[in-house]
Amino acid sequence: MTAPILRIEDVHKSYGNLQVLKGVSLTVQPQEVVVLVGPSGSGKSTLLRCINLLSPPTKGRIWLEDQDITAPGVNQDRVRQRIGMVFQEFNLFTHLTALGNVMIGLTKVRKMRKNEARDLAMFELERVGLADRAHYYPAQLSGGQKQRVAIARALSMDPHIMLFDEPTSALDPELTGEVLAVMQKLASEGMTMIVVSHEIGFARQVADRVVFMEGGVVVEEGPPQCMFKQAIHERTRAFLRTIEYMRHAP
Amino acid sequence: MNDVIDLLRKVTPDLLQGTVVTLQITAVSLTLGMIVGLPVGVGRVYGPGWVRRILGAYVTLFQGTPLLIQLFMAYYGLPDIGITLGRLQAAFLTLGLNSAAYQAEYLRSALQSVSEGQMIAARALGMSKWQAIWSIILPQAVRLALPSWSNEAIAMLKYTSVVFLIAVPDLMGQAKILSSRYFAPIQIYLIVAVFYIVLVGITYLILTWIERRVRIPGLTSGTE
Repeated sequence: MTAPILRIEDVHKSYGNLQVLKGVSLTVQPQEVVVLVGPSGSGKSTLLRCINLLSPPTKGRIWLEDQDITAPGVNQDRVRQRIGMVFQEFNLFTHLTALGNVMIGLTKVRKMRKNEARDLAMFELERVGLADRAHYYPAQLSGGQKQRVAIARALSMDPHIMLFDEPTSALDPELTGEVLAVMQKLASEGMTMIVVSHEIGFARQVADRVVFMEGGVVVEEGPPQCMFKQAIHERTRAFLRTIEYMRHAP
Repeated sequence: MNDVIDLLRKVTPDLLQGTVVTLQITAVSLTLGMIVGLPVGVGRVYGPGWVRRILGAYVTLFQGTPLLIQLFMAYYGLPDIGITLGRLQAAFLTLGLNSAAYQAEYLRSALQSVSEGQMIAARALGMSKWQAIWSIILPQAVRLALPSWSNEAIAMLKYTSVVFLIAVPDLMGQAKILSSRYFAPIQIYLIVAVFYIVLVGITYLILTWIERRVRIPGLTSGTE
């Protein structure tokens, strides 16, 4: 077995008196695709924000590759460069074109020259099938296109792991397919991914592991076929039934 | 009618000289206001607590007291503590610092209206906080602040008229001199009003043009 790319150990997170994460441990292997499911408020998104230190854990440790990124004195900006993040609300930079969005990390963070950055950004846009939209502003793109640009922007930094925080939840149903297809392609290319999502179809086809969280802890985890067929905990079964039902509901 | 044309012919050269002074004070004050106002506005939003409090006090001081008192303090008051300014210098300093307070406030509200997700996404890419402010937040905030900034520029053009009270020969200062020279205050102040409105009109056109030039789809304040 290879060394894990990410190791989360007993991570707690509180906001004032509100305890959101109550001791989460999770290990992710290189090239693994982990889908995080759970009811809202279970701490899935908070866990992602802990992993890339947007809101560092109040207790516990996280190792990215060989580095304890929760140790004091760690350069958090450097750590985030290795972790790509895709948000539910896309968060594309409003004042920049699609190309500009993908370029800015290259020029400002990786200090690449403009020409070089432009070529690489175009390559990333091609990867998500949006080279022809390079000069459109976010407001001129559909939701699905915005999310694909956001994925290209994250990919431009050459991340070692990608975090997806409900990437299709803000999309109209007919637009989720194009985003999921891009994510599936990424997975097949060997990208390590943690995906918070209730897309059962995606979880079944792409995930190596499904992790069920509730009340700030991991209740259960396993390969998708086991989780969907014979989850051990009644809570997991009930939740998975609900999202499966939602999917088939009109 | 001939009287008016005759008067116009006599006063126009002096009024044009005054116009140059007015434009000069406006330009310098707005520029100084921008140079000071930008960091003040950013500091008011992103600075540590003590910085925010100090800058807040500065803004309150300049927004909460009459411009005329500020001008008198700069010109007649500062010499008491050993700082003597020329008339124009006092005008630049007062109007510049006053404008900075207003510009900082416009920028502050624009900064606060940029959605939080922009900062989060920038940080997630690996930018530092200040990199994110400079490359992501400010370019958006400046565009959002532009309409109120235009109002400030136009207001400044007229506020400069207070400087005639410390005998700066701006448009208003010339009006005062000319009206006593020709014993025709009403006519002359009317002519000067026309001068101001033409200046304001031209400024308005230029600023609207700039606003249109830098407009980006999806990035406007208000309902559009």
